[in-house]
Amino acid sequence: MAVKRPEPVQKMGGGRGPGNRPPRGVKGPKIENAGKIFMRLVAYVGKYYWFHWILVAICIVGSVLANLQGTMFTKTLIDDYIRPLFQTAQEGGTADFTGLLGAMERVAIFYLLGITCAYTQARILLVVTQGTMRRIRNEMFEHMEKLPIKYFDTHAHGDVMSLYTNDVDTLRQMISQSMPQMFNSVITVVSTFIAMIVLSVPLTLLTIVMVGVMLFTSGKIAGLSSKNFVAQQRNLGLVNGYIEEMMSGQKVVKVFCHENRNLEDFKELNNELFDSAYKANKFANIMMPINAQLGTVSYVLCACVGGALALNGIGGFTVGGLTAFLTLNRGFNMPINQVSMQMNSIVMAMAGAKRVFDLLDEKPEVDEGYVTLVNAKEEGGELVESEERTGLWAWKHTHQADGSVTYVPLKGEVVFDGVDFGYTDEKMVLHDIELFAKPGQKIAFVGSTGAGKTTITNLINRFYDIQDGKIRYDGINVNKIKKADLRRSLGIVLQETNLFTASVMDNIRFGKLDATDEEVIAAAKLANADTFIRQLPDGYNTILSGNGANLSQGQRQLLAIARAAIADPPVLILDEATSSIDTRTEKIVQDGMDKLMHGRTTFVIAHRLSTVQNSDCIMVMEQGRIIERGTHDELLAAQGKYYQLYTGSSISA
Amino acid sequence: MIKTLAKQIKEFKRDSIMTPCFMILEVLMETLIPLLMGSIINEGIEAGNMNHIYLMGGAMLIAAVVGLYAGAMGGKYGARASTGFAKNLREAMFTNIQSFSFANIDKFSTAGLVTRLTTDVSNLQNAYQMILRMCIRAPFSLVIAMTAAFFVSPRIASIYLVAVLILGTILAIIMKFAMKYFSHLFEKYDALNESTQENVTAARVVKAYVREDYEIGKFKKASGDVYDLGVKAEKMVILNSPFMQATVYTCILLISWVGAHMIVSEELQIGDLSTLLAYCMNILMNLMMLSMVFVMITMSMASAKRICAVLNEEPTIKNPEDPVMNVADGSIVFDHVTFRYNEHSETPVLDNINLKIASGETIGIIGGTGSSKTSLVNLVSRLYDVSQGSVLVGGRDVRSYDLEVLRNQVAVVLQKNELFYGTIFDNLRWGDENATDEECIRACQLACADEFIEKMPEGYNTYIEQGGANVSGGQKQRLCIARALLKKPKILILDDSTSAVDTATDAKIRKAFAEAIPNVTKLIIAQRISSVEHADRIIVMNDGKVDGVGTHEELLANNVIYREVYEAQTGGNRDFDENGGEH
Repeated sequence: MAVKRPEPVQKMGGGRGPGNRPPRGVKGPKIENAGKIFMRLVAYVGKYYWFHWILVAICIVGSVLANLQGTMFTKTLIDDYIRPLFQTAQEGGTADFTGLLGAMERVAIFYLLGITCAYTQARILLVVTQGTMRRIRNEMFEHMEKLPIKYFDTHAHGDVMSLYTNDVDTLRQMISQSMPQMFNSVITVVSTFIAMIVLSVPLTLLTIVMVGVMLFTSGKIAGLSSKNFVAQQRNLGLVNGYIEEMMSGQKVVKVFCHENRNLEDFKELNNELFDSAYKANKFANIMMPINAQLGTVSYVLCACVGGALALNGIGGFTVGGLTAFLTLNRGFNMPINQVSMQMNSIVMAMAGAKRVFDLLDEKPEVDEGYVTLVNAKEEGGELVESEERTGLWAWKHTHQADGSVTYVPLKGEVVFDGVDFGYTDEKMVLHDIELFAKPGQKIAFVGSTGAGKTTITNLINRFYDIQDGKIRYDGINVNKIKKADLRRSLGIVLQETNLFTASVMDNIRFGKLDATDEEVIAAAKLANADTFIRQLPDGYNTILSGNGANLSQGQRQLLAIARAAIADPPVLILDEATSSIDTRTEKIVQDGMDKLMHGRTTFVIAHRLSTVQNSDCIMVMEQGRIIERGTHDELLAAQGKYYQLYTGSSISA
Repeated sequence: MIKTLAKQIKEFKRDSIMTPCFMILEVLMETLIPLLMGSIINEGIEAGNMNHIYLMGGAMLIAAVVGLYAGAMGGKYGARASTGFAKNLREAMFTNIQSFSFANIDKFSTAGLVTRLTTDVSNLQNAYQMILRMCIRAPFSLVIAMTAAFFVSPRIASIYLVAVLILGTILAIIMKFAMKYFSHLFEKYDALNESTQENVTAARVVKAYVREDYEIGKFKKASGDVYDLGVKAEKMVILNSPFMQATVYTCILLISWVGAHMIVSEELQIGDLSTLLAYCMNILMNLMMLSMVFVMITMSMASAKRICAVLNEEPTIKNPEDPVMNVADGSIVFDHVTFRYNEHSETPVLDNINLKIASGETIGIIGGTGSSKTSLVNLVSRLYDVSQGSVLVGGRDVRSYDLEVLRNQVAVVLQKNELFYGTIFDNLRWGDENATDEECIRACQLACADEFIEKMPEGYNTYIEQGGANVSGGQKQRLCIARALLKKPKILILDDSTSAVDTATDAKIRKAFAEAIPNVTKLIIAQRISSVEHADRIIVMNDGKVDGVGTHEELLANNVIYREVYEAQTGGNRDFDENGGEH
């Protein structure tokens, strides 16, 4: 039963967990707009380092010149010095080596210049390369932080991560080698070309024709290579996807004795990968000898034709001219070889750059809010803005019509008025949601998975924007509130707790960056987390890693509660954990949550009876609608859906 | 380590041998062609001998064709050998992983195994290609040039020898420092990765607390560290080139000087001097190439080690010789069973467990987190081996059965379960690949999964996304139960398998089990008392020991832990099930 796996495609919707890796930045057999991407990359690198590039250019010219002098030296050495010296010695005279010494001193200076230029060039490029990589990474990250939650929900996480390492790394060789190499080649080609034209037009034409042949074959091979290269990347994606899936399900595989069938499937995918990888590498490897030998052919042709020309004295072409031309011929073919050797890394860099630019081109979250959250104090019965922390917060509402400013005290009243929402405009998942939460009230959402409970909480803090209706916070439309200020006034504890690689102290402090150690400990105590934290090897200074891998799920959630507690927001959004915590830990977590909820407007996605019972209002949701609402007693009396849920008498229908 | 890896070359031995052979042929041609070129100029053009030009030109064309052939073949075989080697490595690792026991799997993390099978293999593939194509070629070319130089003039050739030694030493020192920085660099890369990973997975938290700038600051520090070390490491690497150039140029000057004197004193011919100078570049270039290959090999050593660890891992559980191929019935006996995950740990996970379970009995297992409920049932299908004592199924020690026979008769629905990419039918047939559609549907009816499957767009042919992303937790659990039922086992183990299923459906499933498969021994681990209270007997686990065994009523009367849990669950902390009205 070999399941035919689909081509990995960019995941849309619910892209949690590791997906099949999509082919990296390439669709179809060719990278689209390779030229455009290349120019954009050049522009990007040039923008910040134009001065460096000028220096690099100077160095390249310098080392080309120095090399030229070096090559010439061998000839001058023999013809101008050694031959005459030898002659003198043969004729019985004393050989005077001072002239030779002088020539050697001169060439040594050129050598030194060459070395200096080459090193300076490498040194500058090193800064440009590493600096560009750092800048791109930073820019990507800054941009990513501004992207809406939708981006994270619709992209496989592993893929986003590989942007920062694999894809940025492809640029390294591109910037440090391919780009200067191309520049170098252009200089060499142009200067040699001029020299060749001067020496002999027909031979130059012949050389050009051969270069045409070389470019043509290179292009053909590069095409074959990159076609297979793309196929290789696609197959690599399939193999990686299969490996990821089977490695995480390895225990299930064992339990079902499915090992052999897995192995068959894997072998099939693995062989396909081998096929394309082999072809891609083969063509890449063949390119170099073909170009080199075509160069030899070009040399031989020029030697024969040129020899015929020179020996028959056609067109005033001399023997000395031919010798010089043949040297130039080699010099002309060399850079073409070198550039073709860079082809692979250029193709890879283009694919990487495309993915990097795709991220940078993602539209950031728009924030048109202008109402801000400020510290306030009361003066003469009126709220005024205060510089220092007063413990009293107010919304500073600058009215757009007349520029007047009003201050509204932050209380934590949330109203939903006819809210419709869908992740796409085509399909609404929430319909006509009406909700009224007074400051300090507890609102519970109950209902089945997919009923829209989590979605509602995503709207209050504007992770997603609604299609229709209004959400008001303390009477202000949330669209008018600056997102940062809105979110600062909302605390959130999610079911899946995300912790950061840092000390426990810093993880709690994440909720309020300037909190003192005492405040952190107080928050931990409130959340019932203090006891277990003190039992950790380094107490509050224990470093957590891998999303708190060494903590139990309950402990992680306690830390999340402490983190919300220290932020001390007037409105809370809580998502209770469903299961897998044993009864005793659960009690502790529950107690922590209850303490946190005290005195705050709370929206809670409830799984615990006690939470529901203590709520001021319970919203029973089904298929994106609120179908029942009221207190526990009211809903029980109504004997509707809630009653079924509560008594456990509901049969899945 | 090299032996382990070399074993995986297998059918690509021929390619691996041919590659360096062709590379040597290419080197020969590469050395020959400049000689012919020189001859064309010196004896052809300068002497005005057109025939010589044609002759040598012809010879050059032949050499070019041979060189092309050798280069192309070398490239082809090199590509085949290295990609084939990579293929074999992946296959060998995957095969060995398939034979891993749970204990082996626990040792390697999932992420670790994935990296080994992907990134590490790619690293070795590149290194292997480099070795085949360069490791023979570069020294060979170097030796040829050196030998040739010695033939021409031992005195001048000794200058090269000294230069090679000096340059070799310098390059080695540079590389040593560079390697040090590179390994630090890799560590910093990990930190960078961590920072991105955390921000991608915790995007909601970062946004909710408006900590974007704080995180950007953290990231910039990490990327700054990568930059600093990257610059440091590469600073060392770029030192290669000036040293190399300086040596070449010094050699040229020295040879010119010495050569000139030798020519004057008629110890050397003029033509030989140009040849010697041509070799100079060749020798030192190859040395440079070697040092780069060396760096690449050293950098791939880490990957090689990690791959070997997987290849050399011995499965801790193997089929016995002469295994029993038939499980008599579904009875289970734990006879003085003690179990440790790690042989060296002091406190055992299970401590002297004695239990007798009759065939067809329904057993509930309850206890707090860490009370070793899962460890207990894992021993039944021999997912782990006991440390002391024995577990008997159907009256025989589990270690005497053929593993596949045993595991087909003992179906386990794991706590952390997985569905795989494929249709629902495909997933169900993991239990029995020859099951008919009707059998699959029947199993789903028992597991109360048919109702939601029928509502899916393609019914039983609906594709399950990787990791089961398009089914809810409760639906996934029911599918997993159905999949296990298709094995038609004698023993069925449910490890907290209905935690996300609402109580009513849970009850329905239990009822279906009692009616449809009464003779199957059922072990049910649960957090909810309601899931186990109707079982024939309930085992209360605490701290790796059996705290009590009995019926619901007996335990309520006699067992403190059981009573506590019961009271907690029927009081204020009762479960308000979210999946109650699942559709």
